[in-house]
Amino acid sequence: MSLVVPALPPGETFGLLAEFGSPKELYHGCERVRDAGYKRWDAHSPFPIHGLDHAMGLGRSRLPYVTLFFGLCGAVGGFTLQIWANGIAYPIQVSGKPIFNWQPYMPVTFELGVLLAAISTVVGMLAFNRLPMLFHPLFGTRAFEKVTDDGFFISIEAWDPKFNPIETERFLKQIGATNVELVARDGGRVVEGRGSSEAGASQDAKAR
Amino acid sequence: MHPEDNVSFEPVVGRAPLILGGHDFHSITEAVAAPMERTPSLGWWIAFACSASLLGLLLLSIAWLFWEGIGIWGLNVPVGWAFDITNFVFWIGIGHAGTLISAILFLFRQKWRTSINRSAEAMTIFAVMCALLFPGIHVGRPWVVYWMAPVPNQMSLWPGFRSPLLWDFFAVSTYGTVSLIFWYVGLIPDLATMRDRSKTRIRKIVYGIFALGWRGSQRHWRHYEMAYLILAGLATPLVLSVHSIVSMDFAVAQLPGWHSTIFPPYFVAGAVFSGFAMVVTLMVITRKGFGLENIVTLLHFDNMAKIMMVTGMIVGYAYAMEFFIAWWSQSPFEQFAFVNRAFGPYWWAYWTMVTCNVLSPQVFWFKQARTSMVVHFIISIFINIGMWFERFTIIVTSLHRDFLPSSWDMYYPTIWEIMTLAGSFGLFFTMFCLFARFLPVVATAEVKGVLPAANPHLGEEGHVAQSWTASPAPEGAV
Repeated sequence: MSLVVPALPPGETFGLLAEFGSPKELYHGCERVRDAGYKRWDAHSPFPIHGLDHAMGLGRSRLPYVTLFFGLCGAVGGFTLQIWANGIAYPIQVSGKPIFNWQPYMPVTFELGVLLAAISTVVGMLAFNRLPMLFHPLFGTRAFEKVTDDGFFISIEAWDPKFNPIETERFLKQIGATNVELVARDGGRVVEGRGSSEAGASQDAKAR
Repeated sequence: MHPEDNVSFEPVVGRAPLILGGHDFHSITEAVAAPMERTPSLGWWIAFACSASLLGLLLLSIAWLFWEGIGIWGLNVPVGWAFDITNFVFWIGIGHAGTLISAILFLFRQKWRTSINRSAEAMTIFAVMCALLFPGIHVGRPWVVYWMAPVPNQMSLWPGFRSPLLWDFFAVSTYGTVSLIFWYVGLIPDLATMRDRSKTRIRKIVYGIFALGWRGSQRHWRHYEMAYLILAGLATPLVLSVHSIVSMDFAVAQLPGWHSTIFPPYFVAGAVFSGFAMVVTLMVITRKGFGLENIVTLLHFDNMAKIMMVTGMIVGYAYAMEFFIAWWSQSPFEQFAFVNRAFGPYWWAYWTMVTCNVLSPQVFWFKQARTSMVVHFIISIFINIGMWFERFTIIVTSLHRDFLPSSWDMYYPTIWEIMTLAGSFGLFFTMFCLFARFLPVVATAEVKGVLPAANPHLGEEGHVAQSWTASPAPEGAV
């Protein structure tokens, strides 16, 4: 079930989780991590912080292309459906109007375009984010429960080329982290019979 | 003295803060989540029991309708549409305020929307559910209602896509779907909050599944915020199209009183008007019941009162303009339809509408009225009644005087139609009670984002006003 469990490279340690006191400290912390050259890292906050993606050096989301493509598919498909159904499959003359005209088909064309655009936006957003992912190593730590309340975190993964447990921890403390902890790959705790327990792991995530 | 008088104004732009009571991030979570985590109050049980009883009434009247047929309603020639379509248009209009708050005010960066958008969006979904009910049951043979959808069938028949009634089917079902996914996307971060606060295993599992494993990642927020922006951008023309198309059910017909080019904007304004009234009705109760006075503040009610006043006057203008056009057209049928509307046998419905929709919101010129919960509640009920009568007036008065006087007749509702109307309120309020019990009624993630402390540049030179004004995000950012 790759849908609910992240695909991570081999290794015992997931990485470091550093807590910051406020959005402001997180923002400046992210700028420092970005400038230090880390690549496999992330920031976590209970709400979107404006400009943080810039501070992290992330580009613009490409989601609008997904929306545009599927929105056009919906509109073109919807128009074709109507022209075909009322013009070819079962042509009916209504009050002497031409069989092939575009005006009366515009409302449904628009609605189907919007419908497909909206659905594809949400599906695309979830796909880009690899969600749903009910288990994640970070869920194993106690501190991380605050991330949906009032906690601000930076996580740096162990697979980052620049990662070094001691150096990176020192670096994180230096840029203002109040608390830094090492997170295990399986979520900070030993799961019995882990070899066969992917479903168990995802249950832990749900139940955490 | 208003609570607002006690607070200092934000020094840079001089605006009152959106959230009062010295809330920080954690206390907002507490304030919103706590009512869901304790045993429901007696007030909730009373509200739920009343709503569920009305819902029972709805199920009963629908069951009898399906068994016996449309004959149990007071419909006959020439009035073939009455309570059913009145209720449909009424409910679909209620929903529009939710989308206006969640999408249009989002695009205009009206940050005060964050306190009320969740419940307004929920209201939209429940109103659309009520609305969809009526076209579904009024068709006479509800088991073939799927004929409206373009489904290949053994008769090789296809729906007539040139009919506004079919446009309506697509518009309303698209609107319902898009509203639902917009609402759900907004809920994901708050469901994660509920998951992380859960004390019992069943809550953790249920909230956990619906939260999809959300972990507040900035890499996720980036796509999430883009998705939210796109959905708002899609919902805005959608909501305008939906009530325009609803109005075309009437405007495309050749009937005096319906055949009017001002219907689309007139209906959209009326929809927003009635929808805001319903938001106010619900928020007065929810705010009091859940103790959210500092999150849904008097500022919010002040703003909503102004919107109701503006849309109410647009509607009043449309009423006047219909008469002007009737006179200007020099069409005797058109003129008769409007004189009959105001002074014919349904004069009471027309003047109820004018009193409730045009006169009653005028009290909101006074600040005391805009910040009084009692006035808000009373006026919002008046507007709900007035907007129901608006649709009733448009539909029934235009139909009951046919072109041939020999066809003229009166329409009176039967007990079953009244029960169905009352029952639709039961469905609406039952859903809202369940929503208020199990889901966060305030979008906490968004409310936290409008606190001054959420600004990453708080107190820095040149950035002070950022969380208060719509300053553009840095280039390359969403």
